[in-house]
Amino acid sequence: MAEYARRGFLKGSLAAGAALGAGLGFPNVVRAQEMVKIGVLHSLSGTMAISEVSLRDVVLMAVEEINAKGGVMGKKISPTVVDPASNWDLFAEKAKQLLLQDKVAVVFGCWTSVSRKSVLPVFENNNGLLFYPVQYEGEECSKNVFYTGATPNQQLIPGAEYLMSKEGGAYKKFYLLGTDYVFPRTANKILRAFLLAKGVPAANIEEEYTPFNHQDYQTIVGKIKRFASGGSACVLSTINGDSNVPFYKEFGNQGLRSENAPIMAYSVAEDELRGMDTAALVGHLAAWNYFQSVENANNKKFVQAFKAYAKKANLPGGDKRVTDDPMEAAYFGVYIWKQAVEKAKSFDVDAVRKAVYGQTFAAPSGTIKMHEYNHHTYRPVLIGEIMKDGQFKIVTRTKGLVEPEPWSKYTSPDKGCDWVKHQGTYQKKA
Amino acid sequence: MPRRETLAVGLAAVVLVVVLPVCNALPADAPFAVSNFTLNLFGKFLTYAILALGLDLLWGYAGVLSLGHGVFFGLGAYAMGMHLMLEIGAKSVYQSALPDFMVWNQVTALPLFWRPFQSVAFTLAAIVLVPALFGLAFGYLAFRSRIRGVYFSIITQALALSAWLVFNRNEMNLGGTNGLADFKTVFSFPLHRPSTQRGLYVVTALTLVAAYLLCRWITLTRAGKVLVAIRDSETRVLFSGYSPAAYKLFVFVVSAVLAGLAGALYAPQVGIITPAKIGVLPSIEMVVWVAAGGRGTLYGSVIGAFGVNWIQSWLTTSYPDLWLLFLGGLFMGAVLFFPDGVVGALGRLLTRAHRVVAGQPDRAILDAPHPSQATHAMSRPPRSDK
Amino acid sequence: MRYRLVVLLSLVAWLAAGAAGHAAPTTRSPEVTRALADLVGEDADRREAAVTVLGQTRDPKWIQFLEALRGGSVYARARAGATELVVGGTKGMRGDRDVIDIAGAYDREPLGTVPLADLKEVPADRRLRLVIKPFLDADETKAQLADPDPAVRLGAAVKLGNQAEVAAVATVEAALQKETDRWVRHALTEALGLIRLAHGSREERAAAARTLGEIHSASARDALGRLAAEPGASPTERDAARQAIRRLERWSLLTTTVETAFQGASLASILLLMALGLAIVFGLMGVINMAHGELMALGAYATFVVQNWFRAAWPERFDLYFAVALPVSFLVAAAVGLILERGVIRFLYGRPLETLLLTWGASLIVQQALRLWFGAANVDVSSPSWLSGGVPAMVGVTLPYNRVFIIGLATVSVAATYWLLFRTSAGLRIRAVTQNRAMSSCLGVRAGVVDATTFAFGAGLAGLAGCALTQIGNVGPSLGQNYIVDSFMVVVTGGVGKLAGTILAAAGLGGLTKGIEPALGAVFGKVAILVGVILFLQRRPAGLFATRGRNAEA
Repeated sequence: MAEYARRGFLKGSLAAGAALGAGLGFPNVVRAQEMVKIGVLHSLSGTMAISEVSLRDVVLMAVEEINAKGGVMGKKISPTVVDPASNWDLFAEKAKQLLLQDKVAVVFGCWTSVSRKSVLPVFENNNGLLFYPVQYEGEECSKNVFYTGATPNQQLIPGAEYLMSKEGGAYKKFYLLGTDYVFPRTANKILRAFLLAKGVPAANIEEEYTPFNHQDYQTIVGKIKRFASGGSACVLSTINGDSNVPFYKEFGNQGLRSENAPIMAYSVAEDELRGMDTAALVGHLAAWNYFQSVENANNKKFVQAFKAYAKKANLPGGDKRVTDDPMEAAYFGVYIWKQAVEKAKSFDVDAVRKAVYGQTFAAPSGTIKMHEYNHHTYRPVLIGEIMKDGQFKIVTRTKGLVEPEPWSKYTSPDKGCDWVKHQGTYQKKA
Repeated sequence: MPRRETLAVGLAAVVLVVVLPVCNALPADAPFAVSNFTLNLFGKFLTYAILALGLDLLWGYAGVLSLGHGVFFGLGAYAMGMHLMLEIGAKSVYQSALPDFMVWNQVTALPLFWRPFQSVAFTLAAIVLVPALFGLAFGYLAFRSRIRGVYFSIITQALALSAWLVFNRNEMNLGGTNGLADFKTVFSFPLHRPSTQRGLYVVTALTLVAAYLLCRWITLTRAGKVLVAIRDSETRVLFSGYSPAAYKLFVFVVSAVLAGLAGALYAPQVGIITPAKIGVLPSIEMVVWVAAGGRGTLYGSVIGAFGVNWIQSWLTTSYPDLWLLFLGGLFMGAVLFFPDGVVGALGRLLTRAHRVVAGQPDRAILDAPHPSQATHAMSRPPRSDK
Repeated sequence: MRYRLVVLLSLVAWLAAGAAGHAAPTTRSPEVTRALADLVGEDADRREAAVTVLGQTRDPKWIQFLEALRGGSVYARARAGATELVVGGTKGMRGDRDVIDIAGAYDREPLGTVPLADLKEVPADRRLRLVIKPFLDADETKAQLADPDPAVRLGAAVKLGNQAEVAAVATVEAALQKETDRWVRHALTEALGLIRLAHGSREERAAAARTLGEIHSASARDALGRLAAEPGASPTERDAARQAIRRLERWSLLTTTVETAFQGASLASILLLMALGLAIVFGLMGVINMAHGELMALGAYATFVVQNWFRAAWPERFDLYFAVALPVSFLVAAAVGLILERGVIRFLYGRPLETLLLTWGASLIVQQALRLWFGAANVDVSSPSWLSGGVPAMVGVTLPYNRVFIIGLATVSVAATYWLLFRTSAGLRIRAVTQNRAMSSCLGVRAGVVDATTFAFGAGLAGLAGCALTQIGNVGPSLGQNYIVDSFMVVVTGGVGKLAGTILAAAGLGGLTKGIEPALGAVFGKVAILVGVILFLQRRPAGLFATRGRNAEA
């Protein structure tokens, strides 16, 4: 036993010592005087890598563009890319690392609401700044986050409105189908309130949820078939990611067509279509604030630049890579930050924050504007029809920009979000 | 316990419980200062170590491989999380006594099973009792029917998957995929203050030391020897008149309780608990901590938990693409080349070095465990305790 | 309001004109010229009137022009003092200027390529598109009803039924006379019934209700319900409607049962295909292979590669790619399995827990390698045309081809496995080694070779399953994770004594899952099945058909 114990003692202290020593000296990023550090917090492995890798790519591209033109206030941007590996507690840990260890000036990151909610306390407690580029369910109004993705009234409602209109087909029955997590749940809550407010009888609204990675949609498509018999039915889909492929395939294979029961998807963009057999999806719709097929000079430049970047950086897919709404939002998020820093003449979070309010930028989708007090973004709304090559044909577009409403007027009419006249979320007086 | 070991444990305990927090309390530019971030990270690693201890007791000593310990970890974490959510009260976004996710789920009154968690005493009791009862029920059913070996491991996987599916459902009123997050205070101490984090760390370190002592004591009693015998040949133990099911159940419950405690300490330090920690993948990762560190030796599992997670933190920062390759390689290496873990490999290295220094003939062939013997490597009876 | 009136009137006028054979505005009559000029004007009402005029010519070339207008490819350009309308085609770049090919508005004669900046787009806003739509639809449907492809005719018939406009009766009856395809006839009869139900006399409505009931038309349900509840309807009509509804309900019950049975069989076949390889490897060798899911992923990616190769090198025979992909995925997965077995697994026989961990490690490595090579995103595997769509088995039930194919594939695989194990000498050796390794070795059977071939065969089956799964689900690096736990449930429930156990377990789990899913929903259904498996194992700790005897203890 003596030998055993001594070995144990030696081994234990060796290992513990090594761990302590190494742990205390975390790898330090070289701190150069002419650089400003930013953080990129997107999953590069795990289930969310499919979507988030493109966001990292486009942010790095924006950084490269800005650096080529001289950087921000004369300083070159040095991005610190970390991989939280689709692990929600790693998100919190990496956020802490970026803010406390690496002391970055701003972070561009997150995709799922879980990841955002897990880093929110870190940003709020340490007064960091996060640019969040993905459509989400709203009902949040943080001082330390700028939301460049769509709020429900900038995506969900216009999509449903289009289908209800004569132009869209005057559909009367709505099947709300989503993956079981906060975005679809809240989205359907808002959609239901909207539909009821517009006079759709409750019997014409069905709601259903499937778990993540659900593959077998036979039963559900059967239900949709029965629901849709008699015509005039459509599906409002907040199915996430992977599950879209088996859903659309089963839909088509069981004989449902986009003419008689169109699916309006809120989570399917060009990047997801890249990995799907689009034959089954042609004719179905999606609602976003940007499509790669938007026709204007800025977008043409953006798409070309990204394809070139993908080829040069040897990203998988090369110049067949596509751009979509979250990528565009991530891209102009970087530029908005740059503009705000230049306006505030400082990297300090509070100064930059105030400088962001009201900023405009010529984004690929057209000119966008940051809201004057609620930390969200004015964006246009576009409805697109899926084409065989995985692109969208734009069928309608709002004339101007739609104002973001973090608190939907259908479910929380008494709440507002204001960081100039109030402290964030406040109760509106009746 | 032999004296050397007591010394080692004592030293480790002092370093973890006293030295590190003191270094953290130093001002930031002092030479030995430990940053808040690092201390918080270590705190998380220590909770993993507590879990690994229980798992090692179950697997390394009793030979029962559970691939579903994430469930017990989650049960403890959720119990603590529920109390912390209720503590937030009116400071939340919706300024309501109900947790946020209930408000946007349009739940108007606190569900019945949430109410008792308002009391601290109940929460503390629940952290220990809920995983224990669950482990008791599951283990009883499984061990009584003599479900063994791989079958048992697979049904623990089924357990983990079902628990993950259930916890993800919004109707369960447990936060769904988002889980429980945005904690503001723990037992009325504000969470974001460094002093609270330090306090949590100290509590975690103390719990780890206590858990280690408990597990060590179990292995030193006669029950410990029966466990090792069960690992080596259950049928023989059965024929010798013991009830392996009872012993396995006992160890299973102990490991479940340890996992629950680990979860409860994890929740306030990390600030979020989601079903992602309950599923099949995280549960298997917990097993690799023990395998890599050294099963059959308790301190091995602690080192494994610490080491693997620290490497994960480092790799996902510096070489994100390599992390999964490394983890996979670790699994394979842990089974093929060092079945008794890093600790075992180091030990053999040291023994050989010692022999070389002492000029003794090389007994490498007899020392190195053949992979086919690894399970029996620890079954040599320990020498007397003096 | 005015424009709606204009549309309605013009439609009626148009139909009336068609029926009475009045002279319609001809191609280049002054009305048309004026209309073309109005189209580029600013007045929205005059633009709409212009569209109406063009539509009323019933000239297919003007209808095509209207379609181009709706699609946004009509431009105006100044030519010799007047404005000329042209239709734009492909866009391109010459230098850094955008150019576009244009063609004449009526005859579509090519007019060359001009810079986009020289043209002014004639926009079609929502109002205008609404005015254009009926002209296109009416034209479309008639053309579609004459289309050689039965699917197009079916779509047209369904649309006519949904619209239920009295004007279409003649068209439908005419088509019904000529129709030969069974399903299109059904749709046409249905459309006729729906139109009569909406617009017919009392007798017609009652007769229509009866017909719709007889042909089991589910789309008529709502209309029949309205008829049954209508206060002004006669008792005969209401009776007919109610009876029809009852018939529909009985039929619906039948179709739901048939559908559920088919879905259960489909799920069972998928589970069987996935679990077969695993069962062989586990049953015959005691190796629990956590990398099984990744072997399936390898098969799926092999299919992707074969598809790409066909697309690039042999596009005319693209549909053949799947037939080639099946053996290729088998071989690729078998090869990787062989490497795995010879390289690492053979050191760990008789120690299932260790192989579990080892193969899990291998699966992580394979997954990350796939991610690094093919990218983290899912890849697109298109279905060949013979696997797309479905066969309508009865009214209201369509059986997708890909699922039917998988049921067939699973059956063939099981048959092939049985044949291999029980009718060949290789199979005899495999069974011998399983039952008593030492003895077989003594009798001259090379256990090592048998192990390697068995593992390779099991891995190949996994690859085959992966290939089949590309038709149903996603192909991505984490494909294996989605299916691994299900495969294990099947193997563990079935036990490792006999293959029959795996078959029974797959059938049972598949059928049960689909049976309870409508009631409990997808999630709780799955949870119930998992709990069921756990409880089932209480009664039979080693599965349905466990190995017996002294060698049983692992």
